[in-house]
Amino acid sequence: MSARRPSRFRLGGRRYSPAASLALAAPFLLLVAIIFILPLATLLHESLFVPAPTTEHYARAFAEPVYLRVMLRTLRIAALVTALALLLAWPMAWVMSRSRGLGLALLAAAVLLPLWTSVLVRTYAWMVLLQRNGVVNQLLQQLGLTEAPIRLLYTEGAVVLAMAHVLLPFMVLPIYSALKGIPEDYPRAAQMLGASPWATFREVIWPLALPGVTSGCLMVFLLALGFFVTPALIGGPQQMMIATLVSQQVREMLDWPFAGALVGILLVFVLALTLLFKRAVRLDRFVGSA
Amino acid sequence: MGGTDGLAGRVAVEGLVKRFGPVNAVDHVSLEVSSGEFLALLGPSGSGKTTILMSIAGFEFPDAGRILIGQEEVTWTPPNRRNLGMVFQRYTLFPHMSVLENIAFPLKMRGVGRAEREERARAALATVRLGEMGGRRPAQLSGGQQQRVAIARAIVYQPRVLLMDEPLSALDKNLREEMQIEIKHLQQRIGITVIFVTHDQTEALTMADRIAVLDHGRLQQLGTPRDLYEAPQTAFVAGFIGETNFCEGQLAQAAASGESVTVALTGGGSLPAIAAEALPAGGRIKVALRPERLRVLPATAEGTTARVAEAIYAGNATTLMLEGAFGQPLRARIPAGAGLHEPRPGETVRLAWQAADARAFRA
Ligand SMILES: Nc1ncnc2c1ncn2[C@@H]1O[C@H](COP(=O)(O)OP(=O)(O)OP(=O)(O)O)[C@@H](O)[C@H]1O
Ligand SMILES: [Mg+2]
Repeated sequence: MSARRPSRFRLGGRRYSPAASLALAAPFLLLVAIIFILPLATLLHESLFVPAPTTEHYARAFAEPVYLRVMLRTLRIAALVTALALLLAWPMAWVMSRSRGLGLALLAAAVLLPLWTSVLVRTYAWMVLLQRNGVVNQLLQQLGLTEAPIRLLYTEGAVVLAMAHVLLPFMVLPIYSALKGIPEDYPRAAQMLGASPWATFREVIWPLALPGVTSGCLMVFLLALGFFVTPALIGGPQQMMIATLVSQQVREMLDWPFAGALVGILLVFVLALTLLFKRAVRLDRFVGSA
Repeated sequence: MGGTDGLAGRVAVEGLVKRFGPVNAVDHVSLEVSSGEFLALLGPSGSGKTTILMSIAGFEFPDAGRILIGQEEVTWTPPNRRNLGMVFQRYTLFPHMSVLENIAFPLKMRGVGRAEREERARAALATVRLGEMGGRRPAQLSGGQQQRVAIARAIVYQPRVLLMDEPLSALDKNLREEMQIEIKHLQQRIGITVIFVTHDQTEALTMADRIAVLDHGRLQQLGTPRDLYEAPQTAFVAGFIGETNFCEGQLAQAAASGESVTVALTGGGSLPAIAAEALPAGGRIKVALRPERLRVLPATAEGTTARVAEAIYAGNATTLMLEGAFGQPLRARIPAGAGLHEPRPGETVRLAWQAADARAFRA
């Protein structure tokens, strides 16, 4: 036991003094302050104090049906994206967690490769697939399922699908990491004790994977709430989400205070959710301390 | 419950074959365990013990052969419908459940009501002498306690057969020996059939009614601890169980198992022995002679003599390293306190043994 008083706050540990630790982290902290905190603070300040101290911008966001609809759609799409991503990610994460060597490397590459590709590229790929004379429509017609090209692009379904795809790695990785932590002997023991495969899943696998599932869902949901590129390009104006609305207010209406109010609402929502799931959001799962 | 009701707890493995690619993990193994019997599967690493156990459990499906439990063939039955108990080598208590919830889990899977579940789980916990620990999480228990809970969980639903795959190998020596006795007593008390995998011969000899010795996926010998020690049937068993001197040589004429033979030793001289298996004419032979079956006497003009190169005192016995007999180094062991002649290094001694203690095998 060290003589030092145990403290919940620790910076740098034994090797580096707090001052040295701060110095090491300074470039990053500075960058965050300049490109994130500062503009955000300015924006929020505008939403509350321009032209005079007021809540009018916030009231407007909730009063006008157009804006309310955008916010509700944003929530709905984010929820659907999360559900779809979970559905797609679980089997993948499961197979990965039971694979070794080259098999695992290939699966991991399939998950990570999209992460290393620009979101823009992936979104355009979806546009190519889904457009009027795109691959999907041609296939549907050749199979005789449809007679004329149907509208795929600029629908909510397309937005959900494309966003789920883009955000999939953020769901797969934490679930994979949680599943990998479950020794193969656990499900075996459960089966030996009389649990059917379904009961094994329900009673053992799922509860033990839950922290990973929760952090994956939270991550995807939060990212989906503020997603810009994919909904803007695939959803078009009909499927506008809140980020697109903010951008529109800033670039077309030049209404910075109102944009600030929208950002403020989003921020409060995100923070509230994060705090709610604080226990579940284990950032170390992403860093990968096994 | 209990092992007296005939065939219910019987396990039969018939002609089991399991290959993993080019590896014959299990190679035509047949064995039968009767109700209430304690059978140890003993063999070196990679000899196929776990694979046999997993086939009985239902996690491996054989390439050939059958598995029977009771009167019923279960070769293709999934593990959750075999109604067997199993304790694994690694700790497998579910970390998100309390000790009591862990033990109640198999009862829950069998649709037992909450109140009865709890009562039976408590009783099982008391059986393994951990009555106070029901509310704890597995992580708050020591390794030995975790394995005790795992045993309670595996017997709470009163299976006829309990499978154990090196359940004590993670424990330190003292605790392991204590648990060996405890498991043995528990098994006798509840009359359950136990199939116990181990690579530790002392463990197998201590606990088992019968031992199946495996090597390279093949069953070498199945018998009581005494059979295996006194009458090994293959050179592998003779070398694997206990300690032995091997003297190499050749045989002029073929011999049937049990016949008296005289082996011409490679190092010169000849050695009378009993053929432990059928021996071909002209084939290479190994004669096994246990160190403690060699009698060490003061030298006389007659008989086999050897020179004591080294004497190693170990409290309960003294081991002699001998030279000059049969043209090769030998070990002999003299028990302490029996008033036997204890020669010093450099002394010449005479060796004697019963003919039945020299067993000849195919090399
Ligand atoms: N799933 C598997 N895939 C490939 N080979 C396997 C597999 N399981 C076992 N083997 C091989 O089969 C042989 C027998 O393995 P098994 O695990 O039954 O041995 P064991 O007697 O239990 O050994 P140990 O004492 O090391 O546990 C070994 O050569 C092993 O490498
Ligand atoms: Mg094994």
